[in-house]
Amino acid sequence: MSVLVYTESEGGKFKKAAFEVASYAKEVAAMLGTTVTAISVNAVDDSELATYGVDKVLAVKNDKLSAFNAKAYADIIKQAAEQEEAKVIVVSSSADSKFLSPLLAVTLNAGYVSNVVALPENISPFTVKRTAFTNKAFNITEVSTEVKIIGLSNNAFGLKENPGSATTEVFDPSLSDADFTVEIKSVDKAVDKVSIADAEIVVSGGRGLKGPENWGMIEELADVLGAATACSKPVSDMGWRPHSEHVGQTGKPVASNLYIAIGVSGAIQHLAGINASKVKVVINNDSEAPFFKAADYGIVGDAFEVVPKLIEKLKEFKTNNA
Amino acid sequence: MKILVCISHVPDTTSKINFTDGDTKFDTNGVQFVINPNDEFGLTRAMWFKEKQGASVDVVNVGSSETEPTLRKALAIGADNAIRINAEATDGFYVAKQLAKVVQDGGYDLVIAGRESIDYNGGMVPGMVAALIEANFVNTCIGIEIEGDTATVVREIDGGKETSIAKLPLVIGGQKGLVEESDLRIPNMRGIMMARKKPLTVIEPIEASQGTKVVNFKKPTPKGEVTLIDPENVGQLVELLHNEAKVI
Repeated sequence: MSVLVYTESEGGKFKKAAFEVASYAKEVAAMLGTTVTAISVNAVDDSELATYGVDKVLAVKNDKLSAFNAKAYADIIKQAAEQEEAKVIVVSSSADSKFLSPLLAVTLNAGYVSNVVALPENISPFTVKRTAFTNKAFNITEVSTEVKIIGLSNNAFGLKENPGSATTEVFDPSLSDADFTVEIKSVDKAVDKVSIADAEIVVSGGRGLKGPENWGMIEELADVLGAATACSKPVSDMGWRPHSEHVGQTGKPVASNLYIAIGVSGAIQHLAGINASKVKVVINNDSEAPFFKAADYGIVGDAFEVVPKLIEKLKEFKTNNA
Repeated sequence: MKILVCISHVPDTTSKINFTDGDTKFDTNGVQFVINPNDEFGLTRAMWFKEKQGASVDVVNVGSSETEPTLRKALAIGADNAIRINAEATDGFYVAKQLAKVVQDGGYDLVIAGRESIDYNGGMVPGMVAALIEANFVNTCIGIEIEGDTATVVREIDGGKETSIAKLPLVIGGQKGLVEESDLRIPNMRGIMMARKKPLTVIEPIEASQGTKVVNFKKPTPKGEVTLIDPENVGQLVELLHNEAKVI
């Protein structure tokens, strides 16, 4: 009956999102009067999960699963859910979790709610709050199926330590060739860059930067902050930056703790996509730019003068607070 | 090759979002509806398969008769046939079951749907359709080539991309990257005239259970005023982010 949580790892290390979903699962389990079981795949140190309230870890160790494969991973979680008789399953909003969740929902005949931003409002009937209309609204959704899958928005709940002890069991699911019919050929991932999905801080540039040659200061600012870089739609459409950096309604959603927009006017579609970020800063020379209505902090000024000064001040700040 | 493109009928990206009936329904007053952008990238890629590889392209929507202009637009862009399943699309699982039936009955090789609709953002329909018909599935798809019965598919992952190979039948959850923004087509007069004569078949839904139900909607609480900082005093921003916002 425990709450099952899928804790993602990469290269054997748990992602921050894994600890966040575990923290969330712990509080859901408390509401339901039960415990938390985590399922991990090829993680090196499963005991780390105990810090965030996990009571039991089902640890899968299998070389065939070294690359993520949605069908196989959905199958594993299904088998774990059945063994644990889990009625609530919690996953993150990573690309991989969003890939496997609908497959899992069908095999378990479970209702799936994505983009959940808070603890359940109610457990009977089971209702949760999620974002809709690309962050322009919320809805309260009731999940009526016996088994429920909750996809938690990144950075929506945060990390909550709940130290205890977790037992670790080796879990050896049965896998068949049918789980591997989508064959992964290659993965092309920048290892030294923070991805927008994982980032706590995102630095974004818009058309106001005038050309791709001016992105050096954006990258430097991101570097100082340990942030990911992003851009507005026109910038990606003009080919100044890759599509993977386009954030907004038709690009990637951003739910960072801090979002810094530089030379971005703030079209409604852009604001929708980044609205889930907690603190927004805008730097723009046009005081009429719509972004100023959405931002928490703003500087009306020339980005080419303000950003280098900001980088300098942040470096000083880092030195003083090291 | 038979392709089915699933089309959501959604408010235009510039729409003001309001609710009626005690916040239980989306207020369609004054709202312009369009093909869901993620679906439109897929539809445009399907047109490429039609023109270069002789594929046939059907479009399908789950919705009331109000969605028909959106299906007609897809026909004007170049789809051959349209199907409307006459039911309200209020739950992803329910919609997926309706679509799965159409895919099975029509014997489609490739099903293209957007990775999510920009209204409900459920992000579940393509994967559920694939699981229901036991077809292969690739989500957040930004590239697809097909040779014979095999597809090479590129998927966007967090911080990069991944290439995989899968046999047809295949379902993809598509997005920008399948084609570029500049490849999107605006229907011309000839396309619009031809679309009027193309078949738009209305079928009744099958019995299916729902996974979820929207109880009500809420608008975000209005934000406070922006705190403006003097461009000559950038250090103040660093201090506020550290001491007040506590994000650095």
